[in-house]
Amino acid sequence: MYLRHLQVTDFRSWEHVDLPLEPGPTVLVGPNGRGKTNLLEAVGYVATLSSHRVATDAPLIRQGCERALVRLAVVNEGRELTVELEIAPGRANRARVNRGAVGRPRDVLGILRTVLFAPEDLALVRGDPGERRRFLDDLLVQRAPRYAGVRSDYEKVLRQRNALLKTAGKRRGDDPYAASTLEVWDNHLATSGAQLLAARLNLVADLGPHTSAAYAGVAPDSRPATIGYRSSLGAALPEGYGVPGGERAEPEKLAEILLDALGESRAAELERGVSLVGPHRDELELTLGETPAKGYASHGESWSFALALRLGSYELLRAESGGEPVLLLDDVFAELDRRRRARLAEVAASAEQVLVTAAVDEDVPAELEGVRFAVTHGEVRRA
Amino acid sequence: MYEGVVQDLIDELGRLPGIGPKSAQRIAFHLLATDPADIARLQEILGKVREGVRFCDICGNVSEEERCRICRDARRDPALICVVEEPKDVLAVERTREFRGRYHVLGGALDPLSGVGPDQLRIKELLARIGGEEVSEVIIATDPNTEGEATATYLVRMLRDFPGLTVTRLASGLPMGGDLEFADELTLGRALSGRRAL
Repeated sequence: MYLRHLQVTDFRSWEHVDLPLEPGPTVLVGPNGRGKTNLLEAVGYVATLSSHRVATDAPLIRQGCERALVRLAVVNEGRELTVELEIAPGRANRARVNRGAVGRPRDVLGILRTVLFAPEDLALVRGDPGERRRFLDDLLVQRAPRYAGVRSDYEKVLRQRNALLKTAGKRRGDDPYAASTLEVWDNHLATSGAQLLAARLNLVADLGPHTSAAYAGVAPDSRPATIGYRSSLGAALPEGYGVPGGERAEPEKLAEILLDALGESRAAELERGVSLVGPHRDELELTLGETPAKGYASHGESWSFALALRLGSYELLRAESGGEPVLLLDDVFAELDRRRRARLAEVAASAEQVLVTAAVDEDVPAELEGVRFAVTHGEVRRA
Repeated sequence: MYEGVVQDLIDELGRLPGIGPKSAQRIAFHLLATDPADIARLQEILGKVREGVRFCDICGNVSEEERCRICRDARRDPALICVVEEPKDVLAVERTREFRGRYHVLGGALDPLSGVGPDQLRIKELLARIGGEEVSEVIIATDPNTEGEATATYLVRMLRDFPGLTVTRLASGLPMGGDLEFADELTLGRALSGRRAL
């Protein structure tokens, strides 16, 4: 798939931009602070309904404005769809497809698929486990949009259950009501948690080989990189789940295991007032050779691993049905040495469409000869 | 910010559900410009609502007397109870004109985040009703969201020990007049798993 048109209004620094686009490489060049990244952010927002830079929507709105508007024309296998998203912090976002309102913004997920690689991605390797869980869940939604619903259901059940654990823990003993309602929430946590867990395990099994191959490509002299899923279920997790070529994870089976595990940790959970088992406590483990990447990998290795996770995601989505994703590379060439740069350029050049930002022309590898835009104050002009 | 009592009025109106600051301001200035007789009528009704409205002793629906209109109606089947969260849900089911049984209003759904547990809902009253009357079927019609589903699961657990009682849950699936293509995956998935033979 590719973007044929990008239009933003009152998004970040942009009052209005109207940008016709073509398949193949498009490079946005301009000095720092002119808003190149903002344009990629807008595209990524339509694909994932979240920003890769901030957790809340308020910073996305141009100062003094009430709402931002992003409109994209997406061409997928010859069929064009116009997606429009109105972002208004503190209120529900509104979405339109081909100028007709859709029920929920979530319904536009899947129309545009993107893989975005940005300097923030270093946190995938160095950051908290939460960053890596978010990476997996975002990719799940790109892979199959229905997981947006599964994910938000799970978060809701988890919040409710934690609230119950907190109050029940305080007045333990004389409270038969807490025990009977906890069982109800256990059931719901196990059912929706198992769906999320099964999908993540299968994703890790599928993504692993792509990531290892991508890492070997960008850093051929380094130790081999592998990824693995560590579940809070520990040894109770069936063998072969989440392993390339292993058994596919089944939600029904996992729901039973999760329910048992919840029963076993009941006392500890009441003590601490939080849910101790479930996908929200899991970790995507990144390993270089024999050592964990976090804390042991050098700066260059961390960068390569983050890049490999994104390139692996790209190859995975590309190999599946649903349309080849649009690749978004935000200011990443300057950070890479010549070989890594060449490898990334090679993948990018083969993409159906790639949007690249760079501060100066020299940062962009020669392979990415395509359309160039010069980004200056409040203006994007074809160079 | 407006001075004094006008701002107080706007603040009070803004606390009502579905009314934001701008709507509150518009209503406040509308009230200021309205005929005093209309205001007096509104005042009177607001006063009455607090004192005059009560809840049905049996089903918990809003009522003017001890028992609501539906519980007093001898033509309604007492063996059939439809359990809903709020009085407005009674109206929604009534609009279908399909249901000839009686209701039970819980007064909400299980919601630990807001401190709502079974004790805050009219569940004890429901169990007493089923124990005391000749009830053959309970239809659980809580909302199909996280809290409503949890409430339904809880009710099923509490009701399964009554001999001869059928407990059912409203089917969930596709809206009529809708388009299969635009149904979200969750709804469509549930419609598939809850499909029926023709």
